[in-house]
Amino acid sequence: MGIQQKNIIKMIGVLNYGLGNINSISNIIKHVGGESRIISKHDDIEGIKKLIIPGVGSFDHGMQGLHDGKWVELLNEMVNSESIKVLGICLGMQLMCKSSEEGKLSGLGWIDAKVEKFSFQNHDNKKIPHMGWNTIDVVKKSNLFSPEQNKRFYFVHSYHVVCNDKKDISTTTDYGFNVTASFENKNVYGVQFHPEKSHRFGKELFKKFISI
Amino acid sequence: MLKTRVIPSLLIKNEGLVKTVKFTNSKYVGDPINAIKIFNDKEVDELMLLDILASKQNRGPNFDLIKQISSECFMPLSYGGGIKNSDQAKKLFEIGIEKVSLQTAVFNNFNIIEDIASKFGHQSVVISIDIKKNWLGKYELYCASNGKKIKKDWKQYLQDVVSAGAGEILLNSVDNDGTMNGLDLDLINIATSLVNVPIIVAGGVGSLKDIKLAELNGASAVAVGSYFVFHGPHKAVLITYPEYKDLEQLFKN
Repeated sequence: MGIQQKNIIKMIGVLNYGLGNINSISNIIKHVGGESRIISKHDDIEGIKKLIIPGVGSFDHGMQGLHDGKWVELLNEMVNSESIKVLGICLGMQLMCKSSEEGKLSGLGWIDAKVEKFSFQNHDNKKIPHMGWNTIDVVKKSNLFSPEQNKRFYFVHSYHVVCNDKKDISTTTDYGFNVTASFENKNVYGVQFHPEKSHRFGKELFKKFISI
Repeated sequence: MLKTRVIPSLLIKNEGLVKTVKFTNSKYVGDPINAIKIFNDKEVDELMLLDILASKQNRGPNFDLIKQISSECFMPLSYGGGIKNSDQAKKLFEIGIEKVSLQTAVFNNFNIIEDIASKFGHQSVVISIDIKKNWLGKYELYCASNGKKIKKDWKQYLQDVVSAGAGEILLNSVDNDGTMNGLDLDLINIATSLVNVPIIVAGGVGSLKDIKLAELNGASAVAVGSYFVFHGPHKAVLITYPEYKDLEQLFKN
């Protein structure tokens, strides 16, 4: 493998659309031996084969950010033609779904799923948001997760993804029921937790994303 | 299963790390960057950084120091101290802070809660509530930046800040701070029954059993200062954190 080619594979774009902790993600990519490029305008995305869509905040605020930057059409084209592998983190994952109970705007719709609010009866004693470290169960063969169980990740979310096609689900986590912790369909990956804040478990995930 | 979080609480004073007793008598315990590196290696659940002089001196956060610290952190990090507006919060999120913790600025202005929550989500706003008992043993709301009590009913205040958009509460007992004699479990019990957001409890942890008791009384997370930085009867400085398997065992039903 030539050096040139290796660099391209190692280079991860991190989409900057006004939401999300870009620096934490760049920081961990560098830490595990990858390189990142902050993608703030359309020219920046040239040559990028792997893209991370981060995101913290509300669904409509996130979609509006994508619309304001005129990202939706461009990303649709890149994702549908499979010229790019894309990883959504937290809200970034939720934006890949068709819709959310949190907002009125349509999602990107790359995964046949909707986003619903957690709702528990009082006696369940479950707080909202689901915040903290939880273990995941790997439920299908995945490019991002090795099959061994009991990996733990840091979650913070009040809304959760419900996949219409259960075959898209790659890991689940127990919060009163089996919550979708990640999905994976062709070149589209989404994780509900924050791998950039999940110690060695997160570092391993970024290494895998760099190597696929 | 979601694990109860155990959070080292780091107090910053003049760029050094300190630990207080009952919010006074701060003792220097080391260099913050060094402490962060140790806590990183120990894979702590989360870290809490509080600048105890910022509001007292009426200044904003020390962004340079916080950025240095956050770039070393591969775990969630919250920061509190001197935050007065959402622009400061935005800057903190940009340099790698997950949650901002507010107290002084909120007493007379709930709008700042909604302002930050609407832009960055409720989960990013922690409201810090300090409670001190009066001479009759009655709980009173306390303002750490000027050392005065606040003439508001603390239970109502707790519910009001949650209604205003707080995603999490940091509940600290001033009387128990730094004593390592156990948490105020009555206080924790009352608070966690009043609101449905996670509550981080602080003040008095001196053993793993104290952490377990906090969980049993409804706490979602326990912040720990002295117990993780002091060792032995002479309080020698030694930074520690329980092994994951020990915490797992502790929280088993």
